[in-house]
Amino acid sequence: MSYPAGFKYTKDHEWIELTGDRAKVGVTDYAQQQLGDVVYVDLPDIGDTLKKGESFGTIESVKAVSELYAPVAGEVVEVNTALKDKPEAVNSNPHDTWLVILKVGSPAEMDGLLDAAQYADLVK
Amino acid sequence: MEQPTSAPLKKTPLNTRHRATGARMGAYNGWDMPLEYSGIAHEHMAVRTCAGLFDVSHMGEIEMAGRDALAALQRITSNDVSKLRVGDVQYSGVLTHAGTFVDDVLVYRLGPDHFLLVVNAGRVAADYDWIAAQITDAGDVVAVDASSRYAVLAVQGPAALEAIQPLTGVDLRGLKHHAFAHGEVASVRATVSRTGYTGEDGFEIFVPPQSADKVWQAILASGGPSGLVPAGLGARDTLRLEAALRLHGSDIDETTTPVEADLGWMVGWDKGDFTGAAVLRAQKVRGADRKLIGFQLLDAGIARSGHEVYVGDVKVGAVTTGTHTPFLKKAIGMAYVSIGHAVAGAEIEIDIRGRRTRARIVPMPFYKRPTYNV
Repeated sequence: MSYPAGFKYTKDHEWIELTGDRAKVGVTDYAQQQLGDVVYVDLPDIGDTLKKGESFGTIESVKAVSELYAPVAGEVVEVNTALKDKPEAVNSNPHDTWLVILKVGSPAEMDGLLDAAQYADLVK
Repeated sequence: MEQPTSAPLKKTPLNTRHRATGARMGAYNGWDMPLEYSGIAHEHMAVRTCAGLFDVSHMGEIEMAGRDALAALQRITSNDVSKLRVGDVQYSGVLTHAGTFVDDVLVYRLGPDHFLLVVNAGRVAADYDWIAAQITDAGDVVAVDASSRYAVLAVQGPAALEAIQPLTGVDLRGLKHHAFAHGEVASVRATVSRTGYTGEDGFEIFVPPQSADKVWQAILASGGPSGLVPAGLGARDTLRLEAALRLHGSDIDETTTPVEADLGWMVGWDKGDFTGAAVLRAQKVRGADRKLIGFQLLDAGIARSGHEVYVGDVKVGAVTTGTHTPFLKKAIGMAYVSIGHAVAGAEIEIDIRGRRTRARIVPMPFYKRPTYNV
């Protein structure tokens, strides 16, 4: 699978898509492959304020649990409640399946994140 | 499942085949084993609805023979070996003097004075040393670590029989659960045993290592068209959890007894003395302090090994195995809890990374196959 050019990426295998001041956050195809069958996603509450790098939830597969880390600072304005019943969407469509939407204070937050080519190189 | 290790990993005779056919490999008890082929959930469902093929050659084999072999095994293992006829298999415990598990094993009676113990991969050396020490004054009996002489393939699931029968002259339908027969599979000398670790009907096939790949390929070719798939240790673990089969190192070990593990049926209560008997009999009479129970989460989340169990503010135990399983699609698990709280139907709380999560104690097994195809 290719990594969308419009996204930014973290070394912890999250992707982030910034539109205006709203950032969708999900996990990458590489992450879902490593996790295996995702069975549970634990997400924060709307209104929670996250620091950059802060754990905002967990994603669990049959075999393991992984922390989710905020790629940028922001306030949680939406959580993907559909994942409660369909966590496997993370496996089938990782780059279309956002976990949370953050309201980001400044576009400068995106500085230092990896672009698609850099990320693809990281997980090669 | 991954464990750090400095020694080079051991490889089963099928290692090259696993790697060549795209299995995701990982370390398990010193072995380089396939963890997944097509994914844990897919393999798990294939075994529940059709069939799966597992390489379990990492399991160990210890043979015991001699005129006094039966008497020695009566002393070394917890179950009543005298109930075994030639061709029978028995689940049993090799116990310490404290009644705790050195290992859980399957005992095969190959002949009147000849037995085979199938033991856990990580326990071969410990088992052999323990057994050897116990038979020094046991008369005419020898024990041999024969693990390198066997490759073992497990074919598990409702379609297992149909997948193997075309390859063998052994009458599989006539083979009772927990019985075995010698014969050939895919023209290879084999011992076929109606046993398994998945909660399904199925067979374990013991073959010479150099012929393992031939038999593996033949079973895939025979069963593949009807949906049999190769499967790894990941699915083996979730399948055995649904069937509430204990795993040594997780649910039972040298700190727990068969009574505590709720495995009283693997103890030959009416036979004579055996190693650990005094402790087990005392626990049976006055009750053990704790018991292994099954639970199902009532709140969202997944309890994992090591998570603590509470009733109110009191810590009453800890989880030994837990995950969200593919067939039942529920977060289930096993835990030791103090005996006063080990009551089916009772509600407990499990501390999942700081969050109290409600669970209910439920009867085990969590899953029981619809019918016995005996």
